[in-house]
Amino acid sequence: MTQTLPTVDAEAAAALIAPTTPPGRRRRSGGGTAKRVLVAVWLPIVLLALWWVLSASSTSPFFPPLSKILGEWWDQWIVGDAKGQLVSSLRNLVFGYLAGSLIGATFGTLLWRFAAARRVTNPIIYFLYVLPAPALLPAMIALFGIGEMRQIALISFGAIWPTLLNTLDGMRGIDQVKFDAAKAMRLSPTRTLFSLVLPAAAPQMAAGLRASLQVSIILMVVTEMVAAREGIGYFILQAQTVFAVTKMWTGILTLVIIGMVANFLFVAIERRALAWYHRSRAPGNS
Amino acid sequence: MTNATVTSASAGPSTGRTLPAGTPVLDVEHLRKIYNEGKPHAKMAIDDVSFSVDKGEFVCIVGPSGAGKTTLLRCISGLAQASSGRLAFEGTPLTSVPDQLGLVFQDYGRSLYHWFTNAKNVGLPLAARGVPKAERARRVSEVLAEVGLPHVEQQYPWELSGGMQQRVAIARALSYHPDLLLMDEPFASVDAQTRFDLEDLILKVRRDLGITVVLVTHDIDEAIYLSDRIVVLSGSPSKVREVVDVPLGQDRDQVATRASDEFLELRRHLLDLVMPHGA
Repeated sequence: MTQTLPTVDAEAAAALIAPTTPPGRRRRSGGGTAKRVLVAVWLPIVLLALWWVLSASSTSPFFPPLSKILGEWWDQWIVGDAKGQLVSSLRNLVFGYLAGSLIGATFGTLLWRFAAARRVTNPIIYFLYVLPAPALLPAMIALFGIGEMRQIALISFGAIWPTLLNTLDGMRGIDQVKFDAAKAMRLSPTRTLFSLVLPAAAPQMAAGLRASLQVSIILMVVTEMVAAREGIGYFILQAQTVFAVTKMWTGILTLVIIGMVANFLFVAIERRALAWYHRSRAPGNS
Repeated sequence: MTNATVTSASAGPSTGRTLPAGTPVLDVEHLRKIYNEGKPHAKMAIDDVSFSVDKGEFVCIVGPSGAGKTTLLRCISGLAQASSGRLAFEGTPLTSVPDQLGLVFQDYGRSLYHWFTNAKNVGLPLAARGVPKAERARRVSEVLAEVGLPHVEQQYPWELSGGMQQRVAIARALSYHPDLLLMDEPFASVDAQTRFDLEDLILKVRRDLGITVVLVTHDIDEAIYLSDRIVVLSGSPSKVREVVDVPLGQDRDQVATRASDEFLELRRHLLDLVMPHGA
């Protein structure tokens, strides 16, 4: 009802990072679950089938047949010991993403609350926001050395900004009347935060958290490709340097699966946590 | 004469707080509000407003549009700071929204928290006052029934019609049994039929709870129908043009009262006060 859109800056920047769909604009039409699943998966299935058929007789060393990639994927990631790379990557992703979004949400809230701090830090925040995080890799290596600390730190750093800016914008967009109502009910500052500020800003915070998740996955791979000894990115790069092209493709395939599962989990949790929001925006409700 | 009937009515199920006899619930003296005071674009919204509201009274504040009615309400509720003047709620100077004040805003869509169920919305001020959960649930059901909305506890505000949502907002303001209910054009966002229903609801609530009500409106007919007294404001910056007694008694009826000679006479008088006189 009173969902405010992000400001131009945040929206444009978010669009640069990932095609973030604001929650609530998805899947407006009704229909059964089966129909919804079908609508969601028909294109990927068609594309996979096309890939399978068109690559079936491929002799190009760079584009092996899909059947071969899938077979190799099974051998490497299910049977073989590439699983270890997966564990290390996922650990970095989870810790980095959680730390980054927590810092982003906390500082976003603080900057909303303290206007003076917001004015002082505004230029710095936009400076850090537009700075491509991978450019900090060398600095991070100098700071944290080589290892997972550096990787987690860089993932967190990148994950902070979409969440921080969306938290700030979401909170600044809350209707003043809602704060008047909070004062009229004599809600304490803590209760105002948890009963008003956080729920009211939640839809936009979710959009920010989702963009942060995309950034985290990108940075997970990037950090593993520079001065690293483990992880999926390392695996892909190693395979490529020894011309094990099929093996390289299995790493990419694994990344796709991670991205899809992470997104699916995110959407599932979001739709649960923000059920009131999605339902209130459904047709037939004011 | 008006005051006599009012006092006897308020002797009913009162809230039981002990105040020195004769202390007005709300006392406003020479209130002035200037926005951006001391700056070049300073604007005086309220020039000089004085009135007081006695226990059990129903007072409406009317004025032409742009007369600073909402500003006045924000000042007397403690939401906004007055620039000068004296404001007292039950004898105590007003600094923030008093504990025993209930506020209903014009737009229920903006004032209700649509992420909470109706029960949670209505129970929020109770939770803020440390009322235990079981007691809270009981009082929420009670007050929802009082405003004619039984069995909507588990629904969300946006699942209800506009008039029902405003009833939820009224229930929320009544849940902690305030001494004074302040309403800012509470029926401006609903259709005419619902408006009549809500007007009668407020009269019933006031009778049932013996509560004092101050209601801001731009609708003269509504003001006459509801009030014991009407404070008529002049255009911006506002001053009190006149305080009009409404001797229509306790029992009012949408058809009969509005058609009565006294009603029409008051209406003529008030229109004359509010309408701009030839410039």
